[in-house]
Amino acid sequence: MLKDITLGQYFPGNSPVHRLDPRTKLILLVVYIVALFSAGNWVSYGVVFAFLAISIAVSQIPLKSILHGMKPLVFILIFTGILNIFFTAGETVLVSFWGISITLEGIIRAFFMVLRILMLITGTFLLTYTTSPISLTDGLESLLGPLKKLHLPVHELAMMMCIAMRFIPTLIEETDKIMSAQKARGADFESGSLLDRVKALVPILVPLFISAFRRADELATAMECRCYQGGDGRTKMKLLRYKLLDFKGFGVGVVLLAAVFVLGSFGL
Amino acid sequence: MPTAVSVEHLSYSYPGVDNTPGVAVFEDLSLTVEQGSFVAVLGGNGCGKSTLAKHFNAILLPCGGKVYVCGMDTSDEEKIIPIRRSMGMVFQNPDNQIVANVVEEDVAFGPENLGVASPMIRQRVDRALQQVGMFEYRSHAPHLLSGGQKQRVAIAGIIAMEPKCIVLDEPTAMLDPKGRREVMETVLKLNREKGITVILITHHMDEAAQADRVVVLSKGQVVSDGTPREVFSHVELLHSIRLAAPETVELCKALNDEGFRLPLDRLDTEECAQALYDAIKA
Repeated sequence: MLKDITLGQYFPGNSPVHRLDPRTKLILLVVYIVALFSAGNWVSYGVVFAFLAISIAVSQIPLKSILHGMKPLVFILIFTGILNIFFTAGETVLVSFWGISITLEGIIRAFFMVLRILMLITGTFLLTYTTSPISLTDGLESLLGPLKKLHLPVHELAMMMCIAMRFIPTLIEETDKIMSAQKARGADFESGSLLDRVKALVPILVPLFISAFRRADELATAMECRCYQGGDGRTKMKLLRYKLLDFKGFGVGVVLLAAVFVLGSFGL
Repeated sequence: MPTAVSVEHLSYSYPGVDNTPGVAVFEDLSLTVEQGSFVAVLGGNGCGKSTLAKHFNAILLPCGGKVYVCGMDTSDEEKIIPIRRSMGMVFQNPDNQIVANVVEEDVAFGPENLGVASPMIRQRVDRALQQVGMFEYRSHAPHLLSGGQKQRVAIAGIIAMEPKCIVLDEPTAMLDPKGRREVMETVLKLNREKGITVILITHHMDEAAQADRVVVLSKGQVVSDGTPREVFSHVELLHSIRLAAPETVELCKALNDEGFRLPLDRLDTEECAQALYDAIKA
């Protein structure tokens, strides 16, 4: 059952979106988010939406998997919608009861808020769906590189992310093994009250933690044996290089941002 | 022949907890390993095999005496990186030595740490993966490989650093027979074809029998040292430190106890059968 957990949700592919440099994609995501939050009206929202729709179409990611990823967020979306409907002051009152009034402005505002969250999440999904975790870490490390001057441990963070991702499947396998071992000795994880079930997890977590520490210790020794001394003087096998496609991507990003700002200055 | 490793009067004890005296592992151990040789180190549990291995690349430093790797003193801090670069180390659990979640990225980890130029890393990684026969798995995730394959990836990660010498600390202990065979074939090939010095720490007699030289440790002392034939023919000595000789030798020994007079240096099944045939005919 634990094996079903998918990681990073990466869909391998060869579309132009997949082939973009991870740094380009990260920057475009930031541009997209700025554009999304600057958009204030139907037209500018439409422009941002068109950008998103075209990106999804080009990436060839099935719409179904994006919608599937939204499932856990339905509650937050509904909650945001209701909150905005009830608590926005406006003049065009549609319904009024118990001292609460629903206004046209409230409904429009709620609609935009929900749309904004939906588009924000879809954009982020598009990044993780089209970028392998390892190139995402590489991209982050490279983009955050200048922060090293401020003594921020950028390389160490990227290394930690990489190792964490490497060990998640190993630890899941191990959890499976420990659970089977405990079940074979009569442990019961599926029945009883919530408290009982939480208590039943202790005999899984304790061995899992002990083994994780042992693994960490051995891995550290193995890394030392392979001459690891932190990020200084380290080279990379795969160098990130901006290609023509990336400059096209940046071009699209600039156009998007400009369009939203220009439309904004016209009050659209 | 030049020496790859030379251990001179090594003494080491693990630090004790709360000022209690530590446990002494070695009191006065001397050993040299020639470049290009294949040495198996045998010994029962707790005889100091792994502790010795950790001295070979400065993970542990001697309390007394010296350890030299390719002429470099392991207690010289400035030499640590050159030492680790010429002395690769493969551990028992393949899972706990793989760093990245793509095979080729993991193999590249060592050369990346050494600051090798990017196009050179690519070459080294491809060559190392070809040498261990894992080239077609270069873009796989390590957790989907078998134990033997993971261990071969770990070996590739070491040879991509182009070391002169490799220490393998019970590399087959967690593998199934197929994985063990794959790893042993790889190690033998590296020794024969690339001239890499191999120090294999093991408790499988049949693996040790494939080495040029066998060193038997017991309680921190070298109790036997020679070619596999010499070492394994001292069956009683091996038994006294709770080790078994290879099965062919054990068979001959058991028959000798019943009155036969068989040679005790037949390590190969074929040779052993021939010796039995000769004995029965006579």
